[in-house]
Amino acid sequence: MVAAPESTDTSKGLIGWIDQRFPLTALWRSQVAEYYAPKNFNFWYYFGSLAMLVLVNQLITGIFLAMDYKPSAAEAFGSVEYIMRDVNWGWLIRYMHSTGASAFFIVVYLHMFRALLYGSHRKPRELLWIFGCVIFLALMAEGFLGYVLPWGNMSFWGAQVIVSLFGSLPVIGGGLVDWIRGDYVIADATLNRFFALHVAALPLALVFLVIAHLMALHEVGSNNPDGIEIKEHKDPQGHPLDGIPFHPYYTVKDLVGVMGFLLLFCAVIFFAPTFGGLFMESPNFEPANVLQTPPHIAPVWYFTPFYAMLRAVPSFAGTQVWGVMVLGASVLILFFVPWLDRSPVLSIRYRGPIYKIMLAIFVVSFITLGVCGLKPPAGIYPLLAKICTTLYFAFFVLMPFYTKFERVKPVPERVTGHV
Amino acid sequence: MNDQVDRSRRQLLTAAVVGYGAVGVGFVAVPFIASWQPSARAKALGAPVTVDASKLEEGQMLKILWRGQPVFIVRRSKAVVEQLGNHDDRLADPKSNDSLQPAYIKDSGAARARNSEYWIGLAVCTHLGCSPLGAFEPNNALQVLGTDLGQNWPGGFYCPCHGSKFDISGRVFKSMPAPKNLTVPSYTFAGDARIVIGEDELPKST
Repeated sequence: MVAAPESTDTSKGLIGWIDQRFPLTALWRSQVAEYYAPKNFNFWYYFGSLAMLVLVNQLITGIFLAMDYKPSAAEAFGSVEYIMRDVNWGWLIRYMHSTGASAFFIVVYLHMFRALLYGSHRKPRELLWIFGCVIFLALMAEGFLGYVLPWGNMSFWGAQVIVSLFGSLPVIGGGLVDWIRGDYVIADATLNRFFALHVAALPLALVFLVIAHLMALHEVGSNNPDGIEIKEHKDPQGHPLDGIPFHPYYTVKDLVGVMGFLLLFCAVIFFAPTFGGLFMESPNFEPANVLQTPPHIAPVWYFTPFYAMLRAVPSFAGTQVWGVMVLGASVLILFFVPWLDRSPVLSIRYRGPIYKIMLAIFVVSFITLGVCGLKPPAGIYPLLAKICTTLYFAFFVLMPFYTKFERVKPVPERVTGHV
Repeated sequence: MNDQVDRSRRQLLTAAVVGYGAVGVGFVAVPFIASWQPSARAKALGAPVTVDASKLEEGQMLKILWRGQPVFIVRRSKAVVEQLGNHDDRLADPKSNDSLQPAYIKDSGAARARNSEYWIGLAVCTHLGCSPLGAFEPNNALQVLGTDLGQNWPGGFYCPCHGSKFDISGRVFKSMPAPKNLTVPSYTFAGDARIVIGEDELPKST
């Protein structure tokens, strides 16, 4: 007989039985109840937990949609109409999923903006940021694939445009496009494989990436609006003086954020699920038709800034690959931000005016690009898109210079505002 | 127990096993990657299509499906065909050097056709695959979707997605998002107005 380990509170009862076989209490303590987060979190710190909430919403509603959806070119459009009209509460589950997709991008964009505000991507959180960028890429792929599934006319022509992007790559382009489509056009084979990727491959990848993102976060600890390291000042027990346990303090705070979020989320689901054609575009209420291009092809709003950058670049030397390269670069450049930023301080609170102006220009040009991407390429919009594409890249490319040389304010030793 | 570890032997064996495994993974990956290629059924459905264009009037267009792709068949009047050479300076690729078409189409010059009366080409914009619209009336402003095609518009195609303009031989104008002229598939005539799309020559009768 092996002697039982020394008796503690947790070695008895069901929890004790589990703890001897799985580190349940240890995980709860290290990751939640005794995970110390800076005590000066503000509004901008809601969006990480909200992104998790939306992910769970997408997984659950997605599983239930997959029970009634038929991933074939002949049946897909009809099965979505069946969900909307005949399946009990099907309309609600679908609107939760479609609104959830837009909500996902809203919270993720605000979450990324938070990092730019407070330097949350800076050392030692570079890998945390990179995991986040990969999540963003996976999310874009997931959003695109999901948009194809209802097999409306915008689904079809949107897929046509996006898949054709690969065709502009030299040498391999043509073969690559046939390989992605599994046919000489966007067809049944394409829809069926996009369904497999949308419901199995990418959700699995997303969940693992989120776990990696959280593990990296809990390894280095959260940044805060002052951008200072709370681990440098600890009490005798080894807890950061400016830290408070994630549970109950931030679980409760995040619940307030969840309430506010759900209020807006439900308002959209119940009163404006298409959001005036932004969350669901009107051509998508017609079935896919290979002979009928919608008069104006625009992606869903969350892709329009990148789409506008693609369109802003003219073809040159007989190929449109340059626009595709700009599109790729606009996302890939995010990965390098931790190294492009050379400022001695992390938070915008202690930076000089130049970073604030550059960040403001960046936000304005990103939103303007989003508008340009929604509009037909006529009138003022092509010129506006060209200017804003330049400004978008200037924010990143010039970052090593304006962050290095600008005068910064002294950073306090301890977090401010919550003494 | 032998304390002496033969490290070089261990390294060699490890490398051999890893290499063997990598080759195995490479072979196993082939069927999975190849499964994404167009299937036998998709290839079979890519067979040639015969179209009877005899009912087409001058200035009319027929849109048919070949390999699931829309194909334009436009019947052009003599006057329109004679005008074709007059706007080469406004085109990005007037001689179709950078564009996709069979050699006999490229050699036909501005007409880009086996029979200059009929223009045949893929209704797929070379920019990002949208379907261009026909706007064959020359010199007509505000023709398509309220878009002003200009007073010196020679007649042709307009892509509604990103605004590319093509002449009536599918040749793209300068400074358009589309980099190339509309693609012309291989086709041949099986009679005055019987067009076989997807084949360079009629199969020899035995």
